[in-house]
Amino acid sequence: MKKEEFQYAKSHEWVQFQDTTTAKVGISDYAQNELGDLVFINLPEVGDEVAAGETFADVESVKAVSNVYSPVTGIVKAINEDLLDQPEFVNSNPMEAWFVEIEEISDKVALLSETEYEELIGKEE
Amino acid sequence: MKLIFEKGMIGRGCDILPECDVAVTKVQESLSRKKELHLPQVSETEISRHYTQLMKRTFGINDGFYPLGSCTMKYNPKINEDMAKLPGFTDIHPLQPQACVQGCLEVMKLAEEYLTEITGMDHIDFQPAAGAHGEFTGMKLIKAYHESRNDSKRNKIIVPDSAHGTNPASAAMAGFSVINVASTREGYVDIEELKKVVGEDTAGFMLTNPNTVGLFDENILEITKIIHDGGGLNYYDGANLNAIMGIARPGDMGFDVVHLNLHKTFSTPHGGGGPGSGPVGCKEILADYLPSPRISKNDTGYKLEMKSEASIGRVKAFYGNFLVVVRALTYMITLGGDGLKNASENAVLNANYMMHRLKDKYQIPFEGYCMHEFVISIEELKKKNGVAAIDIAKAILDYGMHPPTMYFPLIVHEALMVEPTETETKETMDEAIAVLEMIYDKAVQNPESLHACPVNTPVGRPDEVSAARNPILRYQY
Amino acid sequence: MGTYVPNSIKEQREMLQEIGADNMEELFHAVPDEVYLKNPLKLPKGLSEMDVRRRITEIAGKNSVYHSIFRGCGAYNHYIPAIVKQVTSKEEFVTAYTPYQAEISQGILQSIFEYQTMICELTGMEVSNASVYDGATAAAEAVIMCKERSRKVAVISETVNPETIETIKTYCSNTEMEVIIAPGKDGKTDLEELSNLLDDKAACVLLQQPNYFGQLEDGDAIGELASKRGAKYIMNCNPISLGILKTPAEYGADIAVGEGQPLGLPLSFGGPYLGFMATTEKMMRKLPGRIVGETKDSKGERAFVLTLQAREQHIRREKASSNICSNQALCAMTAAVYLSAMGKRGLQQAAELSMSKAHYLASRLCELDGYQMVYQGEYFNEFVTSVGGNIENVLSRLEQRGILGGYPLKDKNEGQILWCATEVNTKKEIDSLVEILKEVESI
Repeated sequence: MKKEEFQYAKSHEWVQFQDTTTAKVGISDYAQNELGDLVFINLPEVGDEVAAGETFADVESVKAVSNVYSPVTGIVKAINEDLLDQPEFVNSNPMEAWFVEIEEISDKVALLSETEYEELIGKEE
Repeated sequence: MKLIFEKGMIGRGCDILPECDVAVTKVQESLSRKKELHLPQVSETEISRHYTQLMKRTFGINDGFYPLGSCTMKYNPKINEDMAKLPGFTDIHPLQPQACVQGCLEVMKLAEEYLTEITGMDHIDFQPAAGAHGEFTGMKLIKAYHESRNDSKRNKIIVPDSAHGTNPASAAMAGFSVINVASTREGYVDIEELKKVVGEDTAGFMLTNPNTVGLFDENILEITKIIHDGGGLNYYDGANLNAIMGIARPGDMGFDVVHLNLHKTFSTPHGGGGPGSGPVGCKEILADYLPSPRISKNDTGYKLEMKSEASIGRVKAFYGNFLVVVRALTYMITLGGDGLKNASENAVLNANYMMHRLKDKYQIPFEGYCMHEFVISIEELKKKNGVAAIDIAKAILDYGMHPPTMYFPLIVHEALMVEPTETETKETMDEAIAVLEMIYDKAVQNPESLHACPVNTPVGRPDEVSAARNPILRYQY
Repeated sequence: MGTYVPNSIKEQREMLQEIGADNMEELFHAVPDEVYLKNPLKLPKGLSEMDVRRRITEIAGKNSVYHSIFRGCGAYNHYIPAIVKQVTSKEEFVTAYTPYQAEISQGILQSIFEYQTMICELTGMEVSNASVYDGATAAAEAVIMCKERSRKVAVISETVNPETIETIKTYCSNTEMEVIIAPGKDGKTDLEELSNLLDDKAACVLLQQPNYFGQLEDGDAIGELASKRGAKYIMNCNPISLGILKTPAEYGADIAVGEGQPLGLPLSFGGPYLGFMATTEKMMRKLPGRIVGETKDSKGERAFVLTLQAREQHIRREKASSNICSNQALCAMTAAVYLSAMGKRGLQQAAELSMSKAHYLASRLCELDGYQMVYQGEYFNEFVTSVGGNIENVLSRLEQRGILGGYPLKDKNEGQILWCATEVNTKKEIDSLVEILKEVESI
């Protein structure tokens, strides 16, 4: 995977466009580190509509639940069922652990490049 | 320690029931159980020893200091237990005719009289089985009130960000959406923020006072007025009532509906997590919506009145956790009006005493006197020495004390909430203070040692991550 | 007055001095004047323990304790082994709080884990929670568990206990979940009507087995109807009956719920009781309430801990599927001790005896004029008869002789009695009851 292909939302999700209207979404390494050991991922269903900037999934650690926000508007094409059995994959390989694949993308939030995102988290630390 | 399923032998058991003295009826094939049933095959000796072993691995109020903030772990009087075991209460079928349960009706009516006087409400309903259940019921009352006035756009409940999780959850269950309102840095309701969110869609406001950081909000009358002026109703979470019995009443503070926790304020035991009782109280304007029929008293005795047609309907079967109400009534009769006030005064005194003595070392985020509980923040200790609230709590376990409540309320970082209650002696508190000071010193001098705690308990820190990732929720035969 | 405040006035004054307060009132300075109570509460003064005992015992004496009970309807008079009361009176169990600090609460946590296992064994299901308030709220919570985006109709059989139905309706009102009642016919669920009511919007079908009238329903047929429409199947069952009757799991139920009071809890005028909930692994994360799981501690030893907490209100707050915070821990432990004392053989016995006594009672009652079985189907330990003579007379005559007769039904079943027998009722008692009814008849 070429690093340049990843773009980021300010809320720490990454999006990787497969073509102009399809993309995979996951959470960044910074996010998984902040969240700690994940025990369960609550994914939407195939066919669900998602909206840019709105919650579409949540992740559970032992003592907390955190919302995951969609960087794009579209329809859920596929969900990564592996994550349902092995939520720890998100902690170990965040950039490979895609949550959903979205199609019919019609809108997106303001996205940052890899460098811009790294700058953002540099400031947060 | 073995599970009970890992004990015993095939063929062992207790001899509890006699032979059948009538013709035996067999179940027809298609209706009978084919699936194997595995239950322990143990003698009474083994059962007795098993539970004694379990008992030794349990920490109750009878074991030691239990300063769990927001839970009011006061002493559970034994006379309450005796009264709740009277056959005249335990052997009564809930569907006996009214003339045959005059004692039960009297218990509930008396308890209602005491609690309405204590809270300033007009009615009490004992049906809800726990605090959260009472909250749900109270929320339903508010819903019913607005609906009866065709005020259906009132679909929002305002909840402070300091509230207990059951508050917003109960509001949501009752069909409301929740608006969170921020607290001020001092832990009080931010009145300006509150004014901003009150509107035509406000159904009500949920608050506890003293609040969840143990402070009495002196602006309470202004707060409840803002809600009333906006057309909403005020809900009082009675979890903190132990601070103000005989001193102030939610009914006088502008609250329209309350729930009580008999297993907190009124000394009924917690049982390891229940059964409790969460009666709901309300002013006259909400009385018609209550789930249970009212109990009236006249010359001939006690009577259950016809339930109002506007009732929200029952929230569980029968009348509520009756034996818990018996315990609470026994407690209230023992204390009387004077004793209840004395209990609250000493609850507040004890909390202030501990807070004052701990102020030198521990970070107390709020100024002034606290009420019946106070919050400590371990935030600075965490930044400087890497010791978190959970480490302090686990270290306390090694000293034979139960730790305070951890990580609640959410508005204080690394919170430990301490509630000694009025039933603790000064010596116990002094010992607890000494332990806490010792642990603080360790946290500063040798923080690593706290991460390993507890070391003196039957088990060490459990792996909660794998418990959640790979749940094993039963024993497999 | 008692207050259980151990510190003397002297000690209290010392503490006040140490914190720099002149008196107790000062501690309450934040309470506004308009709110601060100037007068004492208008309540009687406190009493000594001896007087309290006298007072409360006197009140208890105003209730009628029956030595012979033939009434059920959701509260059953079963025999409680002595060990049950002993164990559940142990102070540690009674006075402990929720086991949030697992290291010192292994006793409570293990007892709940054992309870969860036993409920799974009884019902045949895969996962149980730590209990909820009672059978009625368990049914309501189960219905809510089944809600899905496009399925928001709960179909409840009319033959379910009316108090359970009412509770479900209260829980579902003001939510998106709609409740529809499937009518009964001849004392059981009308299968044809049920089939008509079910469509692809149905979230669940709820059946009580045995039902409110004691009748044993065609659980397989109803399960098939539910499954054909993709609706979940909830079975509300009697835990004693599961010693000999087909389990919810064998009927293909998705969720099993019920009232656990028969498992060692006294009648107690209705509470505290025990709601059990068990489900399939697939629906595990939708279960409300506390759940105890097994794990290892830092030394590799087996340990128990509250788990899957991220479902619950203290974490999810308004997004939690249920607001439930506590369980009925001590009641759950009661059930576990009961089931350990009874074991499989004892539970089977309790079920067989209850069923046999009920059938004997029925056959003897039907010898009397005016008493006939209202429903003809197979039943467990409850059944409905018509009555010879005036119901009120019949029941009050029994009450005068210390017997609580069956329950006088209302509405469609007005004029009929719902009888119940358990292993506690002896042949002699039953024969006695019949003799008294003969007397009433002859008047």
